[in-house]
Amino acid sequence: MNAASHFSYWATICLMVMGLFIVMARANLIKKLVGLAIFQTSIYLLYIAPGKLIGGTAPIIADGFSVYSNPLPHVLILTAIVVGIAVLALGLALVVRIREAYDSIEEDEILAAEERQP
Amino acid sequence: MSVALHMPVLQVVVPLLSAPLAVLARRGSLPFMFTTAAAWFAFATSIALWMEVEHGAVLSYFIGSWPAPWGIEYRVDRLSALFLLLVSGLAAVVLPYSRRSIQAEIPREQHYLFYALFSLCLAGLLGITVTADAFNIFVFLEIASLSTYVMIALGRDRRALVASYQYLVMGTIGATFFVIGVGLLYLMTGTLNLPDMAERLAAERHTRPVLAALAFITVGLSLKLALFPLHQWLPNAYTYAPSAVTAFLAGTATKVSLYVLVRFYYSVFGESLVFRHLPLPEIMLLLSLAAMFVASGIAIFQRDFKKLLAWSSIGQIGYITLGLSFDTVTGLTASLVNLFNQAVTKCGLFLLLGGAVIVAGGSTLERLAGLGRTMPLTSFGIVIGGLGLIGVPGTAGFISKWYLVLAALERGEWWLVFAVLLSSLLAVAYVWRFVEAAYFRPAPPGRPPRREAPASLLIPAWLMIAASVYFGLDTSVTVGSASGAAEMLIGVKK
Repeated sequence: MNAASHFSYWATICLMVMGLFIVMARANLIKKLVGLAIFQTSIYLLYIAPGKLIGGTAPIIADGFSVYSNPLPHVLILTAIVVGIAVLALGLALVVRIREAYDSIEEDEILAAEERQP
Repeated sequence: MSVALHMPVLQVVVPLLSAPLAVLARRGSLPFMFTTAAAWFAFATSIALWMEVEHGAVLSYFIGSWPAPWGIEYRVDRLSALFLLLVSGLAAVVLPYSRRSIQAEIPREQHYLFYALFSLCLAGLLGITVTADAFNIFVFLEIASLSTYVMIALGRDRRALVASYQYLVMGTIGATFFVIGVGLLYLMTGTLNLPDMAERLAAERHTRPVLAALAFITVGLSLKLALFPLHQWLPNAYTYAPSAVTAFLAGTATKVSLYVLVRFYYSVFGESLVFRHLPLPEIMLLLSLAAMFVASGIAIFQRDFKKLLAWSSIGQIGYITLGLSFDTVTGLTASLVNLFNQAVTKCGLFLLLGGAVIVAGGSTLERLAGLGRTMPLTSFGIVIGGLGLIGVPGTAGFISKWYLVLAALERGEWWLVFAVLLSSLLAVAYVWRFVEAAYFRPAPPGRPPRREAPASLLIPAWLMIAASVYFGLDTSVTVGSASGAAEMLIGVKK
């Protein structure tokens, strides 16, 4: 049990915090979505990494194999990836519409334009 | 009766199927008919389910006949039956209304998409309430949320786009937090079935991943249900969405997130972990009080009546979480009754306001000036709904506040009674702003002297307002099933 054996968790947490920070700190709407995508991606790792056992095989009963990896996280994450794509696609479509309506994708400019609107 | 056995799953499948049918039908009134038929079917089914579980039975349905810890289980108990009734009932009323209302707000060639999205949203919300699988909840949560973002963006004002974008970012962060929590629970227990998870958690209740999961789920769902400091997405989303969408969302989206929170607190983590070993009740109490005062205070100063009602929603969520923070049967009953009554009242108010917006051309209080004379039925309905928000005896709002006060007294917290009364005074102030504009100010020049909203808008809206008065007089449905659900969750035997 050393730091290296927790490598996947460190990677997950780094991605998670990076993504969340980008969402909060960037004013550009596209960059916010990139942050959101990174944040969601970290979850895929959180689910998938613990499912793998070193030396484990696919869960099919056969002679000579006794260690199996858990396939369920993969199935769950396949669904989560689809959800993530849908969110990203919808977000980008909204940004296109926002740019058509406001002629900008910078949050502060949009908020300023909103304040001028009666 | 083989169909009756499949009721829990049909509840979700029928609205889900009506979405592609609406897209395929495309033109004419077919999309409207498919969606409305699906919503009415869901409503009829939920009444049947509600009557079946009313006496404490629990219905389990195994998808594909795979038994519980392996397959996905749909589970209807008293708590979920109450929410099924609420969500499908509101959809059944809002849909007939939406037909006339979206003609004024959404371009004709996009109508079929609106109905498809509405069906998806309904299927998602019903799915959340009926499923007993943690990951399934996340998927349904995202189905409901994604369709909600699009429906908000259908609003005419360009600010609807920005509101929808903000909601998308906040909502996704919330859902992702929730799924992190579910992931940690899955790592600790190896199961996603909620009852199974609760059993296995009993052994490792106080380990750090479980506490972290509790924190992630609480924060994620608080974002979704707009608990006070996490509410920034709500006012603009409600204000700029089409009227029918606002009315449906105000009654369902935040409420269903609250259902998930209650479900995880009582059915998965267990109240002893949530409420006794962590300072969660104190935090929730403080945030609820902040919501009750700050949000209601901000509501008073709004120029736009729709935004005013949106801020009042945030304040009302404070009452709901206040009841939750008590962790008593009375408190939880108060919380559920409050949620139900508030959903019905707010839905009615937004529906009436939608009619007024079509006739008056806007929802700012200047536009609504003189409404008492030009649209007497609409403004009278809004006043009755407003009395419900204040909690005047005879309306549903009184019942919810009555139980909240009872729960506070039961714990001997006298000062909370005064807090509830004081924040009701703030509600008087913001409802008065409408009364003043509608009855004591002249109509702006150029408005037709007397024109009511069309009957197709007035009837569903008045139905909700009448329901909010009915639930204030006859409490057997709301208080009966809410206290039943609360006793079931806290585990009190009668």
